[in-house]
Amino acid sequence: MTDQVSISIRNLYKIFGSNPQEALKRVYDGASKKELMDKHRHVLGLSDINVDMHAGKITVIMGLSGSGKSTLIRHVNRLIEPTAGEIWVDGENVLEFSEERLREMRRLTMSMVFQHFALLPHRSVLENTGLAQSVRGEKKPNYEKDALKWLDRVGLGGQGGQYPHQLSGGMQQRVGIARALTSNAPIMLMDEAFSALDPLIRTDMQDLLLELQDELHKTIIFISHDLDEALKLADHLVILKDGRVVQQGEPQEILLRPNDPYIVDFISDINRARVLRVRSIMKALKTDAQQSISGEVDAEDTLESVIALSGGDADQIFRVMANGKPVGLVYMRDLVRALVPTSASAGGIRRSAARVGAEPSPPN
Amino acid sequence: MATYDFIFDSIGLRDWCGVKESSGPMTMAELLAGSKGSDSEGFLNKAMSVPFPSLDELNEACSSLARTRDLTKAVEDAFLGAKDSLKIVLDPLTQPLSWILEGTLWLFAATPWWLMIPLILLLVHVASKSLQLVGFVASALLFLSFIDHYSFAMQTLSIIFVCATLCVLFGVPIGIVMSRSDRMQRIMIPILDMLQTLPTFVYLIPLIFLFSVTEPKLYGIAIILYAIVPVIRLTDLGIRLVNKEVIEAADAFGMTKSQKLYSVQIPLALPNIMAGVNQTIMMSLAMVVIASLVSAPGLGVLVLRGIRNLELGVGLVAGLGIVLLAVILDRVTKAALARVNASNSVPRH
Repeated sequence: MTDQVSISIRNLYKIFGSNPQEALKRVYDGASKKELMDKHRHVLGLSDINVDMHAGKITVIMGLSGSGKSTLIRHVNRLIEPTAGEIWVDGENVLEFSEERLREMRRLTMSMVFQHFALLPHRSVLENTGLAQSVRGEKKPNYEKDALKWLDRVGLGGQGGQYPHQLSGGMQQRVGIARALTSNAPIMLMDEAFSALDPLIRTDMQDLLLELQDELHKTIIFISHDLDEALKLADHLVILKDGRVVQQGEPQEILLRPNDPYIVDFISDINRARVLRVRSIMKALKTDAQQSISGEVDAEDTLESVIALSGGDADQIFRVMANGKPVGLVYMRDLVRALVPTSASAGGIRRSAARVGAEPSPPN
Repeated sequence: MATYDFIFDSIGLRDWCGVKESSGPMTMAELLAGSKGSDSEGFLNKAMSVPFPSLDELNEACSSLARTRDLTKAVEDAFLGAKDSLKIVLDPLTQPLSWILEGTLWLFAATPWWLMIPLILLLVHVASKSLQLVGFVASALLFLSFIDHYSFAMQTLSIIFVCATLCVLFGVPIGIVMSRSDRMQRIMIPILDMLQTLPTFVYLIPLIFLFSVTEPKLYGIAIILYAIVPVIRLTDLGIRLVNKEVIEAADAFGMTKSQKLYSVQIPLALPNIMAGVNQTIMMSLAMVVIASLVSAPGLGVLVLRGIRNLELGVGLVAGLGIVLLAVILDRVTKAALARVNASNSVPRH
């Protein structure tokens, strides 16, 4: 990706406890999370986080509960103060901001969507939607038009007069998204925004988000514990474990070349055909060789749709198109190879996660 | 021969103790001892009746030690010593309370009944939006007026009105400050505990010394000190219970502290604050009866007359009137609370 970096996190550490600075020295000296907990009664929340988030892209931060992902997103708008490190937003170090400047940034350049919606129960849906504007000091008639537009856009036209408790969870989260959009901020922080919703509504909301993103191109940071969701939404995927970044990169890349047993466990039982895309496995276009092309597929198509197209014939070759031009070839043999599942390691994270039962494993 | 002579003999303080003589007021124990017969004999009896080495007992063995009555006397003297300077500070500070109470009492008395009762009913309707409740309040008020308790009931009501309003005016801000600082909460909670558990009569003792019994502020302060506790506690609790995620949202959208307080914390804590106001009103009513001991007018005076003159009927009927007032105040504030709750219900996840 060559586009502009919007948010850049450098060497970020967060330690919870009575004397974090003291504990930080021990972490620099190489103390592990467990050691820090057992010997010094400090929790290592985040450790040496380095992430670049690109403008106009969706960066998904994924990990199990306790991996520090919610802590990380709260550093971006400084709801949580880091113990050490730097957070750069559009070329400015957020940690050097005065209280005044920080408030200005929260009002103008960032909005946030919460797992449990966090709507104001005593205000109508319309007033909730216009929260950012009313915080900036604007009166209702001024923001009403904007708020109504976005309510309409998220499918809640005509519900502005309701109160949050009169809406279902899915509808409340639509208000949450409309509220974030109405603020007109270029950066959107979404903290497990869809985790509290049931699976069908969740899929719905993911589609809505992608649809909106297609036209708005916001810089979105999305927190999730659900791998399918992460793979569906992410332009850039960051996988956290115990407060460390285990791997980050393009999701297809991570799927095809996981660099850690933890991630292998994570991706072991997803439907690879549905997630992997043609562009990840295509080969260079050969203009000279005479091959029988069975058809054309789009670079963004999933492997599943190619399988359907081929009717199960493993000898076929398809031409890959992007923006109306041929860009490569996909061989069914490569496709089948890409579908070979990575097996979960014995005693790996899956088992322990199931035993602890801390969070539901990603649905399949 | 006192029981604990041996202590002072053995550590060589006999000289310091000097000859036996006691000064200061006579204690009840001494009075009783004077009327008692001679010591009973036998080791067992003696062992059974070994007294606890209290100040009084030790004083018998060594008269240089203070007795408990001397201790209470010292408290008394200290209080009396500080009284004048305290009065200089507190008198002007609390004088407005006297004025407000006198003014409100006069206003409630001067308003004719045919204006007052409809006004009260209108207020009840505005607060509760329930015709049933308005009907109940109307019949209760008419009944009290019919048995010639109208003016007493109005006096009680006016005192409660003033004191409960002041409790809310002071209590809510104190509660807010408490909710914002854990340190403040640690300091305030023991004070609130003390105010709530001190027997009501104990409040009156220092107040009687400080102010003249004829001043309305005397009972005003007593009622406020007693009744302010629940509204402080529940304001603190209510604000602390506001959903953390909603507070985070307020921060994330860049609210200032005061925006957060007025547009998030107080509205969301309102059900709890209203519950505190209800409790405060009920406690003012409880105290206003006791306050009639120190010249507070109202139904309490009739109860007191019933006790003092053994006019059984007067006391009981006045007591019934207090119960009626209590039910009215409770129902009306609860109905108002229910309306707040209905328009403010927090979604459950």
